[in-house]
Amino acid sequence: MGLGQWIEIGRLDELGRLDTPVHRLDARAKVITTLVFIVVVMSFPRYEVSALMPFFLYPIALIALGRIPAGCILRKILLAAPFALVIGMFNPLLDHQTAAKVGVWNISGGWLSFASIMLRFVLTVSAALTLIACTGIHRLGAGLERMCAPRVFVVQLLFLYRYLFVVADEGTRMMRSLELRSAGPRSLRLRVYGSLVGHLLLRSMDRADRVYRAMVARGFSGEIRVLRQTSLRWTDWAFTGGWTAFFVAARIWNLADGIGRLFTKGAS
Amino acid sequence: MHMADALINPAVGGTMWIVSTGLIAWCAHKLKQTMNDRLVPMMGVLGAFIFAAMMINFSIPVTGSSGHLGGGLILTILLGPYAAFIVIASVLTVQAFFFADGGLLALGCNIFNLGFFPAFIAYPLVYRVIARDEHGTLRAWIAAIVAAVVGLQLGAFGVVLETKASGISELPFGTFVLLMQPIHLAIGIVEGLATAAVVTFVARARPEALFSARLDMQPRNSMQPVLIGLLIATVIVGGAASWFASTHPDGLEWSIAKVSGQEEVTGTEDNLHKGLGQLQEKTAFLPDYGFKSTATETAPAEKTAAEPEQWPAISAGTSVSGIVGGLITLGLAGLIGFALKARRAGV
Repeated sequence: MGLGQWIEIGRLDELGRLDTPVHRLDARAKVITTLVFIVVVMSFPRYEVSALMPFFLYPIALIALGRIPAGCILRKILLAAPFALVIGMFNPLLDHQTAAKVGVWNISGGWLSFASIMLRFVLTVSAALTLIACTGIHRLGAGLERMCAPRVFVVQLLFLYRYLFVVADEGTRMMRSLELRSAGPRSLRLRVYGSLVGHLLLRSMDRADRVYRAMVARGFSGEIRVLRQTSLRWTDWAFTGGWTAFFVAARIWNLADGIGRLFTKGAS
Repeated sequence: MHMADALINPAVGGTMWIVSTGLIAWCAHKLKQTMNDRLVPMMGVLGAFIFAAMMINFSIPVTGSSGHLGGGLILTILLGPYAAFIVIASVLTVQAFFFADGGLLALGCNIFNLGFFPAFIAYPLVYRVIARDEHGTLRAWIAAIVAAVVGLQLGAFGVVLETKASGISELPFGTFVLLMQPIHLAIGIVEGLATAAVVTFVARARPEALFSARLDMQPRNSMQPVLIGLLIATVIVGGAASWFASTHPDGLEWSIAKVSGQEEVTGTEDNLHKGLGQLQEKTAFLPDYGFKSTATETAPAEKTAAEPEQWPAISAGTSVSGIVGGLITLGLAGLIGFALKARRAGV
């Protein structure tokens, strides 16, 4: 695990605590909208490319309205991209049939489906990341519980998340002290790494146990309380309804193609 | 072997979602009957422990590929199937949200592949049968290795089946299976050894922490010995794993890369065959479509979804308008984003 990854989780957590119109929306509305989004995006036939374009509006609008730095999301998408790249890459290798023509170039079906896979990858990943960035894990957990997710699972999710930060804090401190003692960052030898990670786990487990005791002392009874409005307002309904209508419209009609035809017709 | 959203179709993803959420609800119900308060921090800590263990890649000697610990078997041995399944589900959920490691639609598949098989097949049907509640003996070591192998083999096969059923990737089934299974055999053996080492240590330091001993356990004041046991186990796992740790792609990626490399030859042959059929089809309907009459090509959504094999009609007109329209739409989406942002900044 890289230290950078922990810092990135911290950034997402910070973003999740912002207070913007998007953050104020009920978590349930955003979860359902995101799920609808992903299902609709993945329901396209495999060679579809242009019809996917209008769907970029959703993550982009959330990023803009939620004041989420786009660079942060983009970097995470790029970090996760090699996986989809490797799996998608053999489509052009196995599928050579010509599926489209642009001027004099023939585009094979493999490249088309590869482009489609990469577009869907960017869309689905950015939707999931913006969901967490403009909701935060605590509101998400509370929302999931209200959506009838088992409490044991929600509590476990929140506890796991909390302990991840305990580990991250300890790790940051250890890395800093290591750097101070070894005159700047350097690659760890195996033995150093082993004892470092071992101590990290010991410290974080002790810490986690203390955190739990402290929570019990303060009245934790297996329920996570969130100080937020919890009833669905008309904005939540409008958000989910509006976006769902847009997704369905973009699924039925190829909006990008329509716009493109309008423009190419105008030019010729 | 986390599956991504981009390779799953909604039918497969949705089915596996229903299966996995049902399993979680069932496990939660079972846990509520036996839940003691101490299990809450234990589950959280072990989730974080597995999370860290999953992120360390170890390379498999000779093949030059690498994989990571699933951790499902260790969790099941320590916590029992019900608690373990929920911990695995929570680990995979956090990975999907924060690392984009496995998608939201694929979450059901991932929870099933990495949680169900070790917790409800490999542990009760293999590990307990062979180990017979012994810990630290040769029998227990063999049990752990066999159980880990069985769990991973089933999980890997699940990946193949779900990918194939989704029909988005072009992977040939037989070759994919032949490459996935041996790789996960190797990963399973390494994971089994790591699991056995951890369990042996916990059994020696604090036997009552193991699930089979926990049922009649009296609550103790301190978890310290168990925590220290886990710590040392982690050092062993971390040390062994980091010794192997490498930047090679993990098992799934490697085997797919291998498929794509090997399948090129047979693939072209297959494509020649398909291509001829396609050529026929092309010559048959190409005259009907041109630059002007592209409106009919946008087939009804349901129809195209039902027949993913059907080719979109080949016409330079559609392609050009598709590209122009796509770029314009993308630009529009970006512009709207900037406008919304500017409005926010102005307020």
